[in-house]
Amino acid sequence: MAAGREKLDPLSPLGRGVLALLAAIGAASSFIGRAVWATITPPWYGRPLLRQLWAMGYLSLPVVGLTAGFTGAALALNIVSGGSRINADQVLPQIVALGITRELGPVLTALMLAGRVSAAIAAEIGAMRTSEQIDALQTLSTDPFHYLIAPRLLAGLLAAPLLTAIADLVGLAGGWSVAVYHLDFDPRLYAERTLDFLSPGDVGVGLVKALVFGAIVALMGCLNGFRATGGARGVGRATTQGVVTAAVLVFAADYAITYLAAARP
Amino acid sequence: MIGDDVLVWREVRKGFGRSIVLDRLDMTARRGRSLVILGASGQGKSVALKLAAGLLQPDAGQVLIEGRDLARQSAAGRKALLARTGMLFQGAALFDSLPVWENVAFRLLNAERSSRAEGRARALLALRRVRLDADVADKRPSQLSGGMQKRVGLARAIVADPELLFFDEPTTGLDPITARAIDALILDQVRRLGCTAVTITHDIASARRIGDDIALLGRGRILWRGPAAALDRPEDPALDQFVHGRAEGPLALAP
Repeated sequence: MAAGREKLDPLSPLGRGVLALLAAIGAASSFIGRAVWATITPPWYGRPLLRQLWAMGYLSLPVVGLTAGFTGAALALNIVSGGSRINADQVLPQIVALGITRELGPVLTALMLAGRVSAAIAAEIGAMRTSEQIDALQTLSTDPFHYLIAPRLLAGLLAAPLLTAIADLVGLAGGWSVAVYHLDFDPRLYAERTLDFLSPGDVGVGLVKALVFGAIVALMGCLNGFRATGGARGVGRATTQGVVTAAVLVFAADYAITYLAAARP
Repeated sequence: MIGDDVLVWREVRKGFGRSIVLDRLDMTARRGRSLVILGASGQGKSVALKLAAGLLQPDAGQVLIEGRDLARQSAAGRKALLARTGMLFQGAALFDSLPVWENVAFRLLNAERSSRAEGRARALLALRRVRLDADVADKRPSQLSGGMQKRVGLARAIVADPELLFFDEPTTGLDPITARAIDALILDQVRRLGCTAVTITHDIASARRIGDDIALLGRGRILWRGPAAALDRPEDPALDQFVHGRAEGPLALAP
């Protein structure tokens, strides 16, 4: 009888969808609230935190460095070849500096972390969930939020800004080397114009973004892994969802922070 | 009566979505005895055990450990009650990022904040109690066979000398010889150390070996309870059906 009524009523699937969405947002909010609470209250576990810092931070260095270096180089080439119509090559160092520190450094670092870290976290915690390791933690008087989630969130908050700062440096160096070796810029002049132009605010906005992105990357991995169900397939689904939600939220947060920063010059 | 009843499920109801798994379950585990909960798959055995281990909350009714309602304890009170319990999971549920000895010493290192030296020493003792050599201590769980993983899981459950032990399908998936060895280790905990054991299983042979009291769970409640000796000559039709594995009888299969 209920099924018959649903067929006739086109609004009921819509209503169910909205309710499901609200339930998902509610569950995610409560998860994030518990995660933050576990991060700021004891007990703190040192070893898991060090392990996460190593995995998220140190092991991400090569991929973040390569991405930033090539992007800085490509950005410089693009500006000169495409921007010559408006004499953009006159302000090449300034555009590269702005593009890298405010936008590309933090966003590309976060996307690389979404691919590396959110996926790894979701897969690991998802496998722990489906093999009852998270239940086992609880029976051993250990809160999974304190032991599993808090170290990952903290590591994300620490590693993302550090990696972004490194990506900024490498990206600027990439732009500089293309300008110097390919486009015959004067090396000292290019570097001086970059440093004169860059304000602490440019780098600061990028690092604030990185802090937020680090939280997003860690939390989306944890959230999706934590609620994984149904064996290998569930873990696979959690991993995909971890990466996708992290990447989309990074872009959304990027716009929001850029907007807020622009509103307050 | 509290003195004798270590663990009581009182009028416990638990459902998931629209399906009711436990429907006013009443059951008791008595001190120093081994309670075996039998039942077909999907009849609520695991849920009953997870409620007792504090992994699930009942929708109605109470789960009492030493006369105290788990759901009504403060966080610290709950932790103190559950610190007196240990659980062996069906798949052992060892932490694969940690070596064997850190798995065994996990509660000591992380909940009781023991030093690593003390944790390791007590882990080695617990490994010896489950008849494992000290040379497994530094291996990873993935390097061990299924039977050895179960032993490590048992060592982890008993390392802090719990009074109440939960066993989730301890012999499922093991060869008969390893299964007997695990049964002997469980009995050892009850007979020699005076633990109270609650085991869920559908392995009748294992239930005969380790059980003092048997409860048959079906359709979310107790269908029969009595001494383990009754398994040899079951008079209750449901128990008879389960023991002899008959397709026809009062026990409905899970939908």
